[in-house]
Amino acid sequence: MKKTHSMSDRTSDIILVAVTAVVLLIVAYPIYYVLIASVSNPYDVYAGKTFLLPSEFTLKGYTAVFADPNILSGYINSIKYTVIGTIFSVVMLYITAYPLAQRDLPGRKFFSIFFLITMYFGGGLIPTFLVVKQTHLIDSIWALFLPGGVAVGNMIIVRNYFQNSIPRDLIEASEIDGCSKLRTFVSIVIPLSKPILAVMVVFSMVAYWNDWFTALIYLTADKAPLPLVLRNILIKSSASASQASTISGGYAELNKLTEMIKFSSIIVAAAPMLIIYPFVQKYFEKGFMAGAVKG
Amino acid sequence: MNASSSAPALPRGKGLGRRIRDNWQLYMLLLIPVVITVIYKYIPMYGIQIAFRDFKASRGYSGSEFVGFKWFERFFTAPTFGRMMKNTVLLSLYSLLWSFPIPIILSLCINQLRFNRYKRVVQTVLYAPHFISTMVICGMLRIFLSPSGGLVNLLFGSSVDFLTQSSAFRTIYVASGIWQDAGWGCIIYLATLSNIDTSLYEAAKVDGASVFQRILNVDVPALLPMAILMFIMSAGSLMNVGFEKVWLLQTDLNKATSDVIAVYVYQQGIENAKYSYSTAVGLFNTVINLILLFVVNKISSKASDVDFV
Repeated sequence: MKKTHSMSDRTSDIILVAVTAVVLLIVAYPIYYVLIASVSNPYDVYAGKTFLLPSEFTLKGYTAVFADPNILSGYINSIKYTVIGTIFSVVMLYITAYPLAQRDLPGRKFFSIFFLITMYFGGGLIPTFLVVKQTHLIDSIWALFLPGGVAVGNMIIVRNYFQNSIPRDLIEASEIDGCSKLRTFVSIVIPLSKPILAVMVVFSMVAYWNDWFTALIYLTADKAPLPLVLRNILIKSSASASQASTISGGYAELNKLTEMIKFSSIIVAAAPMLIIYPFVQKYFEKGFMAGAVKG
Repeated sequence: MNASSSAPALPRGKGLGRRIRDNWQLYMLLLIPVVITVIYKYIPMYGIQIAFRDFKASRGYSGSEFVGFKWFERFFTAPTFGRMMKNTVLLSLYSLLWSFPIPIILSLCINQLRFNRYKRVVQTVLYAPHFISTMVICGMLRIFLSPSGGLVNLLFGSSVDFLTQSSAFRTIYVASGIWQDAGWGCIIYLATLSNIDTSLYEAAKVDGASVFQRILNVDVPALLPMAILMFIMSAGSLMNVGFEKVWLLQTDLNKATSDVIAVYVYQQGIENAKYSYSTAVGLFNTVINLILLFVVNKISSKASDVDFV
C-alpha cells in the first residue's frame, strides 16, 4: 500500500467519514435511546431528560418483564420455534439445494422451475389458510414451519455456493473412492459449506424469532411467540391484569411500570438477534458473492 | 462466465435410466421438499378457484357454486376501492423511489472508506435494524411518535400525535423502512464493489483521478447491472405493501392514507371469514404484480443485457 495520499484524497476521506458518521448516528441513536430509557425513571424519559444518559438507573423494567407470565411464556415459545424452525429450514435448504447443484441430474431443470415458480406466484392468504386447516395444522406449531416450504431465494444462494465454491475435484475423488452421493454430501460438501451454513442459520433464526403473523393466524394465544405477546404492550398499550394485581402503588405506579416495560421489552426482544449477527457478518458478503454468481 | 473450473464432466455413454438410478439418493433428498411444496404451495394455487366461486367448506373447492367475476366486481365497486389502490401504489412507489437509491449511495461511500476498523463498525451498525422484528420497530415508532414525551416531539418541542394524522403516515412508513433496511440493502452492492479489480483503481490513481472521479468512473459502472436487477425486483413487487407494518401503525384516524389492499385481504379473509372475496382481492393484487414484473423485465432487458425472469 502506498503511504502517500494527495491532498484531495485527504479531503474526500474527511467527507466520506463525516457522511457515514451522520448515517451511523441516525441508525444507532434510536436503539441507544430505547436502551437508556429502559433503565431510567420513565417520568424523566417523557420529560426529555434522557437524551444521552440514563437518569435514576434502575432495572425495575427488566424485573417486571421477566416476572410477567405472558412475556415469559412468549419468550420460551419463541426460543422453541426458533430452534425447531431453524433446523427445519436449514435442512430443507440443504436437501433441496444439493441435488439441484448437480448439473448432470436428470430433471434438474424441471425441479428448479418447480421451486422457482413459488417465488413469484402463490395461492395467497386464504387458499393457504384453508390447506393448513385441511391438513389439521391449526394450533399446531408445524403451521409455523411447513407452509413456508423452501425459502427459494436462500436455496438459490446455497445451490450456487455448492456449484461455485466446492471444488469439483474433491467430489469426484470421493465418488471414485466409492462414496455414495449421500455420503459425499454429508462428509465432504456439508463440512466445506460452513460459511454459507452460518449465514443461512442466522437468516432462519432471525426470520423465526421475529415472525408473529403466522402465529397470529394459526395459533391460540397460549402458544403466542414473544412479538405477538408484545403487541398487547407495545401496540395496544394495555397493561396485563397480572401486572395490575402485583402492583401495590396504585394506578400511577402501574402506569409508570407499564411505560418501563415497553422500553425493556423492546430490548429483551431485539437483543438476542442483535448479539448474534455480528459473529457471522463477515460471511454475509462472501456468501452473497458466491451465491450471486450464476454457475 | 468465469466459473468454467466447475464445468460438469458429463458421464458419456450412460443412458437416462442409468443416470436416474445413479442419482436415486438425490431424488430421495428432494422428495420431502417437493411433497411439502406441492401441499402448501401448489394446492393453494389450485384453491385460487374459490375466487370465482361461492366457497362453502362443506362442498369443497370444485363443488361450490361458480359465480364468475362477482367478487372482483364487488371489490371494484367497494367504496374504499379507489382509496386502497391509491394508497397501495403510492406507499410502494414512495418506498421504491427512496429505498432504491439510498443503499447505492451508501455503499459507494462505505466502499471508499480506507479505515478498515471504522468501515466494519459502520457496516455492523447499519445492518442492525434489519434484525429487529417489525413488531418491535412499530412499538418503537409508537413510542417515538407519541404526542406526550415521544422522542420526536421532545426533539422538536412540539406535541403532535403523528399516528392520527393521515398526512404523516406515508412519511412514517417510508422513513422507518429506510431506517430499517437501507443498510442491509448495501450488502449486495458492497459485495459487487469488492469484486472490482484493484488494478482499475491503481490505473485511475495514476491518471490522477480523485476519489469522487474513481467512484463515478469505476464504481458506478460496476454497480449498474446489479442496480438494474434490484430495481426490477422491487418494481415487480410494487403492489406488495408489507401487511405487517401498515396494520400495526394503522389507527382509525390515519386510514385515509393507511388503508391498503393487503390489510383488506386480511380483514375480509381472516377476521370476517369471507374466503372467496378475500381470495379474489388477493389474486387481483398478485396478478398486477406479475404483470408489472414482466413489463419492467421486458423494458430493462431491452435497455441492457440484464435478464432476470
